[in-house]
Amino acid sequence: MAGRVEGKVAFITGAARGQGRSHAVRLAQEGADIIAVDIAESLPGMDRYYHGATEEDLAETVRQVEALDRRIVASKADVRDFDELKAALDEGVAQLGHVDIVSANAGVFAFGDKTQDVSDEEWDLVNDINSKGVWHTAKAAIPHLIEQGTGGSIILTSSTAGLKGTPNVAAYTASKHAVVGIMRTLALELAPYSIRVNSVHPTGVATDMILNEATFRLFMPDREHPTQEEAAEVFATTNALPIPWVEPIDISNAVLFLASDESRYVTGLELKVDAGYTIK
Amino acid sequence: MPGALEGKVAFVTGAARGQGRSHAIRLAQEGADIIAVDIAAQIDTVPYPMSTPEDLAETARQVEALDRRIFTRQADVRDRDALQAAFDAGVAEIGPVDIVLANAGIAPMSMHPDPREWQDVIDVNLTGVYNTVEVAKQSMIDRGQGGAIVLTSSTAGLTGIGGNTPGGLGYTAAKHGVVGLMRSYANYLAQYSIRVNTVHPTGVNTPMVVNDAMQEFIQADPAMGQAMANALPVPLVEPVDISNAILFLVSDAGRYVTGVTLPVDAGFVNKR
Repeated sequence: MAGRVEGKVAFITGAARGQGRSHAVRLAQEGADIIAVDIAESLPGMDRYYHGATEEDLAETVRQVEALDRRIVASKADVRDFDELKAALDEGVAQLGHVDIVSANAGVFAFGDKTQDVSDEEWDLVNDINSKGVWHTAKAAIPHLIEQGTGGSIILTSSTAGLKGTPNVAAYTASKHAVVGIMRTLALELAPYSIRVNSVHPTGVATDMILNEATFRLFMPDREHPTQEEAAEVFATTNALPIPWVEPIDISNAVLFLASDESRYVTGLELKVDAGYTIK
Repeated sequence: MPGALEGKVAFVTGAARGQGRSHAIRLAQEGADIIAVDIAAQIDTVPYPMSTPEDLAETARQVEALDRRIFTRQADVRDRDALQAAFDAGVAEIGPVDIVLANAGIAPMSMHPDPREWQDVIDVNLTGVYNTVEVAKQSMIDRGQGGAIVLTSSTAGLTGIGGNTPGGLGYTAAKHGVVGLMRSYANYLAQYSIRVNTVHPTGVNTPMVVNDAMQEFIQADPAMGQAMANALPVPLVEPVDISNAILFLVSDAGRYVTGVTLPVDAGFVNKR
């Protein structure tokens, strides 16, 4: 049986690990070739939260996609640097022939300070990556999609924090709300070309960005060294379904639905994969 | 490769034709067995011909052609007792239900408005959805295996496009009401790992939309015609497009998706 995205090429940012790697592998399982980018280095200002992805992580994504007999063009690129990002995408398109699916997934999570205490540096870092980086990703891909004239699907990774306020997480929450504005606008601008644009909104996902002591402490400020087991209990109270967090594959399955022709008339949608977090 | 719904049983209302038949077939293609109900009769205020027993039999034929089992029963979603009896008989024959699709609906809009349209559309499109979940939910809870429920709303469940007729206003009110039901059920049933979501189609190529009365109704009001324009360059979507969205929601691919209003609307809602 043909894969659900057989013959398509997907451009994925933040593809070294976590959700991005999972998207690359899931789309490759269904027949897509991959153009993968990741900054693949630690960011000054983020180390106090969790460690960044590495070049070895990106190489592991390449290995896993190639093990599925799919092609992958991977480069180190920073979504904040439009020229660098565009060059990475253009090289991928030159090698793989086209691009049909865009997953603007790269993101960082900074948190813990009251809004009035967030530094300018942290605000800019988070918004430059999570919001401006998403715009850059779309900006690099749109000319290819329009010129090809075969439609396309752009999927922007937002968050439950793109739909709801989250105390002490101002920069991230603002950046993820901005993604919704980008999505809604692009959905209108690109509809005449049959290019669809949607956002996904995960609750907590079991990745390095969430499963770390600093994040656990956000939910349990009284504990100096909260464990994952303790965190799971507290996280579970935030979701309606009786689970603490979802797995990367759950977001990938939603991305796959939006990327495939099964959703050929779905555009402008905020698709929550949130275990009921936002309705609770 | 096994289907995404191998071994599951789905209860589908309004299954004689249109979207309901498409859902039954799409789910059966992925391995599900089906309990199908439909009124298969006319309601006075509905200006287009409703489904027939022959339509329901055709759904059964198409599901059986896929080597899946199907139980069919003529039942009106407004009649709780009849619907419960149909559900119970279906479970007795096919097995316990994992998936519920509250799809049955009417669109009593025409150039000759009738005051009774309001009550009829509220009864079918809102109370009928409530009845559908109510007849199924206890058996799903008791079984303890979770499950997935999808309520069919509409773009008219998210936007005020009811116009100025009893049927149009009632349709919009009922489809908005379905969202409130969904959100409440999603919260209550989450503890049992039963997920509840809505789908919101734009115009779908079915007999409910593609008929003289509906086309006359839409074209008579320029604002309505404008309002019906999608963002993507397609006038109507096909039933299978709604079925594919439902398949995602009810399969394990959507195992942590609950409380979602999922438009399959070619960008209609975002454009307004």
